[in-house]
Amino acid sequence: MTNFPRTLIFGGILFSIFLLCALVSFVWTPADVEILHITARFKLPSAIHWFGTDHFGRDIFSMIMVGARTSIAVAVVAVGIGIALGVPLGLWAAANHGHWLDDLIMRGNDLVFAFPSLIIAILITAVFGPSAFNAIIAIGIFNIPVFARISRGGALSIWTLDYILSARVAGKRAFRISAEHILPNIANLLIVQGTIQFSLGILAEAALSYVGLGVQPPTPSWGRMLADSQTMISIAPHLALFPGFAIILTVLGLNLMGDGLRDILDPRIRRTQR
Amino acid sequence: MRLLEVKDLSVSIHGTKILDNVSFNINESEIYGIVGESGSGKSMTALSLMGLLPNGSKSTGSASLSDTDLLKLSEEKMCSYRGNAIGMIFQEPMTALNPVQTIGKQVAETLIIHGQANKKEALEIAREKLNRVGLLEEQFPLDKYPHELSGGQRQRVAIAMAIAMRPKLLIADEPTTALDVTTQSQILNLLKSLVEEESMALILITHDLAVISGLADNVAVMQKGKIVEEGKTNTIFKEMKHPYTKQLFSASDHVPERNTKAEETPLLELNHVIRKYKLPRENIFKAPQTFTAVNDVSFVLKKGENLGLVGESGCGKSTLTRAILGLDELQSGEIFLEGHHVNAGKKLDSSLRRKMQVVFQDPFGSFNPRHKVGRLISEPFYLIEDRPTGDLLKNAINQALVDVGLNAEDAEKYIHEFSGGQRQRIAIARALIIKPSLIVLDEAVSALDVSIRAQVLDLLAELSNKFELSYLFISHDLSVVRNITDRVMVMKAGSIVESGDTQKVFENPTHPYTKELIAATPRLPENLTT
Repeated sequence: MTNFPRTLIFGGILFSIFLLCALVSFVWTPADVEILHITARFKLPSAIHWFGTDHFGRDIFSMIMVGARTSIAVAVVAVGIGIALGVPLGLWAAANHGHWLDDLIMRGNDLVFAFPSLIIAILITAVFGPSAFNAIIAIGIFNIPVFARISRGGALSIWTLDYILSARVAGKRAFRISAEHILPNIANLLIVQGTIQFSLGILAEAALSYVGLGVQPPTPSWGRMLADSQTMISIAPHLALFPGFAIILTVLGLNLMGDGLRDILDPRIRRTQR
Repeated sequence: MRLLEVKDLSVSIHGTKILDNVSFNINESEIYGIVGESGSGKSMTALSLMGLLPNGSKSTGSASLSDTDLLKLSEEKMCSYRGNAIGMIFQEPMTALNPVQTIGKQVAETLIIHGQANKKEALEIAREKLNRVGLLEEQFPLDKYPHELSGGQRQRVAIAMAIAMRPKLLIADEPTTALDVTTQSQILNLLKSLVEEESMALILITHDLAVISGLADNVAVMQKGKIVEEGKTNTIFKEMKHPYTKQLFSASDHVPERNTKAEETPLLELNHVIRKYKLPRENIFKAPQTFTAVNDVSFVLKKGENLGLVGESGCGKSTLTRAILGLDELQSGEIFLEGHHVNAGKKLDSSLRRKMQVVFQDPFGSFNPRHKVGRLISEPFYLIEDRPTGDLLKNAINQALVDVGLNAEDAEKYIHEFSGGQRQRIAIARALIIKPSLIVLDEAVSALDVSIRAQVLDLLAELSNKFELSYLFISHDLSVVRNITDRVMVMKAGSIVESGDTQKVFENPTHPYTKELIAATPRLPENLTT
């Protein structure tokens, strides 16, 4: 494990920068993002306002920092929902392979998969009202089948191994076997998928906020910063540039991280590389 | 006439020496055997002749095939040699063929690549070659797919591919190791007749001395990358100058010392056991068909007895094992252990379950790679109400490891730090730790090298004396079953066709299938083993 793949290092650094911004924003930001300075609007980047100011005179750098907090929080909880519900479902289905329960769970999965996730997320937030909480729920629901399917697939291949048989000979129940033997052995799959879903979660949050169904003002969000700057792109292009880059770089960082993690965690790929 | 001359061939991979000054000669139409245990360098020798060594390897020396040094050829030139002048077949027929291409196309491909024939001619030659290896047109038209063939038939297709260009040299790397004994003898006969009729030389690589002894003209014994002994097969096996050859020989036909002490009390009793599987539903409106894997099996295993169960792959051995262990539900019949009903499939009483344990074949798939050895072997304690904790547990783990010839410190290691033989010892320790009365050994020594196998067999014999264990010894390897069991049962297509005292069954088989099995098993020459 001495030589980490370059993708993992680069992606890790990229994501850490945004994570750090998000954490620091809890205690310090260059300026208060909820106070408007109409006189200082449309300022270009300078020593005082590193990324300039927006049409209300708010410091864009501070807004990016707080926006990172929003994006990461939404994605963490959404992936958390996916793992917390999807993984047990997948393990349960695998333990009952060949039984109608397996079919029921997996066909339910297919049903959720069949709907375009963003459209349904828009539907949910439109019905229950736009808020950060509803955005999290909407994104989270679509993470459930992803994790259910991947953990079922991984678990099925491990259920055929001899050490599972000897655990059964030792009288262990499916629940215990799943927790003790299956879960640790599919953890690498889940970690890799987790980083990828995380980046998709950030994108989904940005998209929902962009159409105004995510986090509500005055809390800054990268998606809404983009939407707000849309009409002013000709007079103040930097308004769109910074949140756009923030989204691109975070997602890029997470995807590179996922790629790198897969390289070191997946023994099959590791073997073919040598 | 000399065909291949290998001189001082040395190979190292990333600085690790794999082959050390290997030299041998092969004449035309000769069968040359290379025998050795895993890691001895026999496959690497073959791969270096084919120019197929893995990246990062360096080779020195020479290998001249009719005056061309194979080691000095560029990759491009080597491609015209592979499949053309040298053909090769591998161990695993299941993965040697492309599953989405017909067998005819795959055989014809070699001919087309080497520019020997156009598509139509190539298919005609392919037909001819498939006939030659015993796959006749009526049953095996060119448009069959690999999944429609059995393992032996696939190996025949692989041979047809290898001989399509009439190579001067054919390399067979463990060609029959993955096959059943009856299929093995057919394939070996086929190889032999090909050598005679096509005037081709054959390098036969195997770990099985018995296979070599009946087939090869000359033989090389390899150990740790070196040829330790080489010469005419008969002379080698008669004289056995090198201690390693002797050791291999005695290990191949090793008879562990045992006190047979079977009592009359039955330990395990099976009455008319039937086990059926539902096949996948072919039509949504029809009920799925069933397959009877175990058909009306009854037998008694007495206390302290070693009972063997032999049969070829797919005969229902493993299904029966799972039924005995109470893992699957029976469709009919009963199983009793020490007089108690084994309620297969339902919740089995843990006091009953702790009386039987199992050791599986694959030393690599039998352990959770994420747990330490101590945790792995103490898993069966889960069956005991007042399971030991703290120092008691530690002592039990240490004792079990020492019992199987390992050290107490090994409890803190992970399973990947152990070799195949050591893993099998750990598997035995896991089975032993709760002091069961019956251990089911499901092909427990089949994946091991002969010398390691002999050690594990000795260990099993020693443990059965010490702990009054009974074994149900399930295997496809007749010679091993012969040396370790008191009684033997022969299984075919889900039924037991013959059973009786091991010596009697092997000396006087009555059922035609048993006769066929015993006749097909390669034997070491009798006069040499003593």
